Amino acid sequence: MQRYEIRLSGSGGQGLIFAGIVLAEAAGIYDGKFVCQTQSYGPESRGGASKAEVVISDEEIDYPKSVKPDLLLAMNQKSCDSYFFDLKPKGILVVDSTFVHQIPTTRATTIPFTQLAREKLGKEIGANIIALGAIAVLSGIVSLKSLEAALMNRVPKGSGDFNRKALKLGIEAAKDAMNQKLGIEEYEDSADQ
Amino acid sequence: MTAKRSPGRQVLLQGNEAIVEGALAAGCRFFAGYPITPATEISEVMSYRLPAVDGTFIQMEDEIASLGAVIGASLAGSKSMTATSGPGFSLMQENLGFACIAEVPCVVVNVMRGGPSTGLPTNVSQGDVMQSRWGTHGDHPIIVLAASTTQDCFSLTVRAFNLSEKYRTPVILLADEVVAHTREKIYLPHPEEMEVIDRIRPNMPPDWYIPYEDNSRGVPPMSPFGEGYRYHVTGLVHDVRGFPTQRSEEIVGFMNRLFRKINQNFFDIQQINEEMTEDAEVIVIAYGSVSRSARRAVREARERGIKAGLVQLISLWPFPRQAVEPILRQVRAVLVPELNMGQMSREIKRVNQGQTRIETLNRIDGGLIGPSEILTRLLRM
Repeated sequence: MQRYEIRLSGSGGQGLIFAGIVLAEAAGIYDGKFVCQTQSYGPESRGGASKAEVVISDEEIDYPKSVKPDLLLAMNQKSCDSYFFDLKPKGILVVDSTFVHQIPTTRATTIPFTQLAREKLGKEIGANIIALGAIAVLSGIVSLKSLEAALMNRVPKGSGDFNRKALKLGIEAAKDAMNQKLGIEEYEDSADQ
Repeated sequence: MTAKRSPGRQVLLQGNEAIVEGALAAGCRFFAGYPITPATEISEVMSYRLPAVDGTFIQMEDEIASLGAVIGASLAGSKSMTATSGPGFSLMQENLGFACIAEVPCVVVNVMRGGPSTGLPTNVSQGDVMQSRWGTHGDHPIIVLAASTTQDCFSLTVRAFNLSEKYRTPVILLADEVVAHTREKIYLPHPEEMEVIDRIRPNMPPDWYIPYEDNSRGVPPMSPFGEGYRYHVTGLVHDVRGFPTQRSEEIVGFMNRLFRKINQNFFDIQQINEEMTEDAEVIVIAYGSVSRSARRAVREARERGIKAGLVQLISLWPFPRQAVEPILRQVRAVLVPELNMGQMSREIKRVNQGQTRIETLNRIDGGLIGPSEILTRLLRM
C-alpha cells in the first residue's frame, strides 16, 4: 500500500479532528504504519467549516495533506458539495444522510450517523465515532482491534462504554450498507444478463 | 558494552506537542508565554508538563512581558523558552534585542500564520522569515532554524537550546501552522541517545569574575544570579564588566565579539538537507512545510525523467551560504517556493549573484503550496 488518503469533513464541533486523531493513532502506533494527520478550520470554535485529513502509508510520508482522497466522509451538505470533486475516480464517498440530502453519486454510502447517535446513544455527540467505525470497515485501512484500542486510549475516563457502543454501531451500519450494495450490484449484474 | 536498556518510544504527536517534548528533553524548565493561534498548544501542554518536572510555567499579560520573564529566568540559570505567532513575535522584538546584547540564552518559537497584523490566524504562512532576521533594531547576529516535520519540531527544539546555550544567544525556531498542527508518528529518543549542551559556568572565584571578558570562543562563561557572581546586565553597549561604555575601542571590541562568536562557528550552525542533488539539473530550495510538498514534487519529477533535486534549508540565518553556493553553481535552474512574496528567494538571489536562473513560486492566500504546483513549474524549467 503506497498511500491512502482519508478526508473527514463537516462543521466545527462535529468531532472530526478528534476522529482523525484516533484514526491516525490506530494506523500509526497500533498498526505500525506511517501516518500524517492534518486539519483546517476557521477562526470560530464551532459552526465553521472543519476538515481533518489522515494520510496512511507504508513509506515515509512527504506531503502531509491529501492530494486526491481515497475516502471522503461528508458530515454535512456543504462539505459534500465542496470536496466531492477532489475524490479519486474510484474513491469512496461516505455521507451522513441526516444532513446530506443531495448525493452527487449513486455509488455513495449513505448512513444517518447523527440520527443513529440520537436514537441509539441518546445524544448527537457520538456521531463522529459511529462514522469512524463505518470508515474503518469501508476502507479496510485500519484493523478494528487497533481502532478500538486507540479510541479507548483517547476518550475521557468513564465514557469507554459509550464510545465502544458507538464504534460498534458504525461497524454494523457499514457492514449492512456493504451487503445492501452487494445486493444491488448482483441485481444489476443479473439485470444486465 | 551492554545494549541500550531503555530505547526511545514512538508516539503520535502534533508539531506543537513535539516542540514541548524537545524543550523538556533539552532541559527547558521555564516557560512564559501568552497563548496565540497557531502556537497555543505549546503553552497549553507546557502548563502541565513543566510543573510535573519541577519547572515553572507562567502565563504573562502579553508577549513583551513573556520574553522579559524568559530572559530573567535564563539569567537566573534556567533554560527558558517562549512560543508565539506573528503578532506576539512583533511585540517580542524589543526584548529579543535585549537578549542579543546581554547575551542571554533563550529559545523563541514562532509558529507563523498569515500576516501582517492579526492577519489570518488559522492559516499557514512563511511571512516572518525576514522579521526573524532583522525584526529587532540594530546590527546583530541571530540564529534561526526552520522545522518542516513533527520529528524536526522535536530535534530542532533540542538543537535550538543547544545552540543558544553554546553561543549565549537567543535562537528562533520558525514553524508554521501546517508543521505545528500536523500529527505524525515520531520517535522520542531516550535521554542517553541525545546530545544536550549546557552553558559554560565560571570556574574562578566570584571576585575574579569578569562577566563579558573575551576568550577564544568569544562566549564568556555565564553564572546564574544568586550564586555570588554579581554583575550588571544592561541593554546599553557595555564594557567587559557589564557597565555602559562610550569608548570606541570597547564598543568595537564588544560588537565584533558578538558577531565573531556566531561567524566563527558558522559551520557548526549551518544545516541543510540535500536530496537527489548529486546529478540534479534543476533544484528546488525550500524550507518549513513547503519543503515537504517540494520533496514529493521532486520525486514525481524524477519519475518523469527530470533530473530534479531538493535542498531543504534548516538553518535559515545565518544563511547557509557555504552549503548552498556550490549547488547553485552546479544546476541549470532553481525554484524557490515559499508562502510569502519572496523573502528567502531574495537572499538566494543575493548569494547567487546572477549566475544561475532563479524562479520563484509564491503563495499568500493562507494555503499550502502543493506538490502539483511545484511539479508543474519543474516540468517547464
